[in-house]
Amino acid sequence: MIRVAIPSQLQNLARVGSEVKLKPKGKVTLASVLDALEAQYPMLRGTIRDHETKKRRPLIRFFACGEDLSHEPPETPLPDAVVSGTEPLLIIGAIAGG
Amino acid sequence: MSKVRVLVGTRKGAFILTSDGKRTKWDISGPHFAGWEIYHVKGSPVDPNRLYVSQTSSWFGQIIQRSDDGGKTWYQPGTPPGEPTTTPDGMPKGESNKFVYDTSSPSGKPLTTHQWYDGTQHPWEFKRVWHVEPSLNDPDTVYAGVEDAALFRTTDGGKTWKELSGLRGHGTGSQWTPGAGGMCLHTILLDPADENRIFVAISAAGTFRTDDGGKTWKPINRGLKSPYIPDPNAEIGFCVHRIALHRSRPNVLFMQLHGGVLRSDNAGDSWQEIHGNLPSDFGFPIDVNANEPNTVYVIPINPDLGRYPPEGKLRVYRSRIGGKEWEPLTRGLPQKDCYVNILRDAMAVDALDPCGIYFGTTGGQVYASADGGDSWNAVMRDLPAVLSVEVQTLP
Repeated sequence: MIRVAIPSQLQNLARVGSEVKLKPKGKVTLASVLDALEAQYPMLRGTIRDHETKKRRPLIRFFACGEDLSHEPPETPLPDAVVSGTEPLLIIGAIAGG
Repeated sequence: MSKVRVLVGTRKGAFILTSDGKRTKWDISGPHFAGWEIYHVKGSPVDPNRLYVSQTSSWFGQIIQRSDDGGKTWYQPGTPPGEPTTTPDGMPKGESNKFVYDTSSPSGKPLTTHQWYDGTQHPWEFKRVWHVEPSLNDPDTVYAGVEDAALFRTTDGGKTWKELSGLRGHGTGSQWTPGAGGMCLHTILLDPADENRIFVAISAAGTFRTDDGGKTWKPINRGLKSPYIPDPNAEIGFCVHRIALHRSRPNVLFMQLHGGVLRSDNAGDSWQEIHGNLPSDFGFPIDVNANEPNTVYVIPINPDLGRYPPEGKLRVYRSRIGGKEWEPLTRGLPQKDCYVNILRDAMAVDALDPCGIYFGTTGGQVYASADGGDSWNAVMRDLPAVLSVEVQTLP
């Protein structure tokens, strides 16, 4: 299972805790994990990436294993530690104002 | 005895204030949707327990919330409580937050750009819903005014939204420009006498009217003046802040312009200036007394120097003759050192007699008057900045 940490605002929307567990289809990539997240919690569609273009929203960032994955192509495989469930994929709202 | 329910949207959540017809003691619930910007909350006139909310965030985008029990519980209409979160074929729901501009050729004229601040063309980009306006006849039909300016409609209780693209596509759309707050469609007035007639206002494009239920639109800005527009006969480009009407007389419109208070007696075909003796012709909200169609309220604001009440005195101005002659209403409002603003959607009137008037400030106060504006009380003082105020009169 893949672990995904989501920010508090989205926890409230999805009515979940700080971390959710997902089983993406196929290769474990940013895109497949976000697909699985949105399939399991459809109320999160549009909050992390655009409904239509699937482009990351400007103030959302992705991190894993101390690396910034925000600008990686969606099909980039995630680190082994995320695939094995040792480390979570972090979805974070950028610090931008009060 | 009648009750009132005041729906307050703020920068950090929504609040619901309820009182009996005396409007002296208030029960307060909230914050609902804590931490989110609540641009607007409004109830259906047909089913007052049906509330619609625009919940937004620069981080996480647009969420539409709905309540069927007067604000006790909420859900996203695409995902009703207790129902599966996916369709039988496994497709996710959550369509209720999706506002996609219509760019299809069958619907008319695909529009992809509008004018930017510097005169260049800029892509149309959805940012948020500023205003939700439930239908006067059907609780499942709601109009949504959005930024970048467009009008959407749902006919399934908010589950899905479709653009009424005749507005953007009517011909002047590519010349529309944003105001300082963005290019927002912020006002939607449904004509109670003619279900095919709708008025909308856009900053900074102006006011528009449809007479065929939203298929075709025309600008209705004749008589408006702006020092920023060189052409004295310009059809569009006006920073209209708010328009209002009285349901008994929908051909009479009142407007707070960015520099002007105006009135139209012919459903917007032409406008006349009525700011008269106001200390400033700038402000945001404007509203009409529910029992007196000629009694109008505005809150003058300094236009350029600070955007706060002139002389630091918070004064609502009332005209009892439809404009030109205004009286300041000050009892219970701060008359020194007051530097708040009152945003365009942050004033509302109830339907009781005497009429109750409500407004919220950027300083977090919600003021209420139960006597048509003669005296005021702060119902709440320390909210986040108030973005919108609506009121429902309940049996």
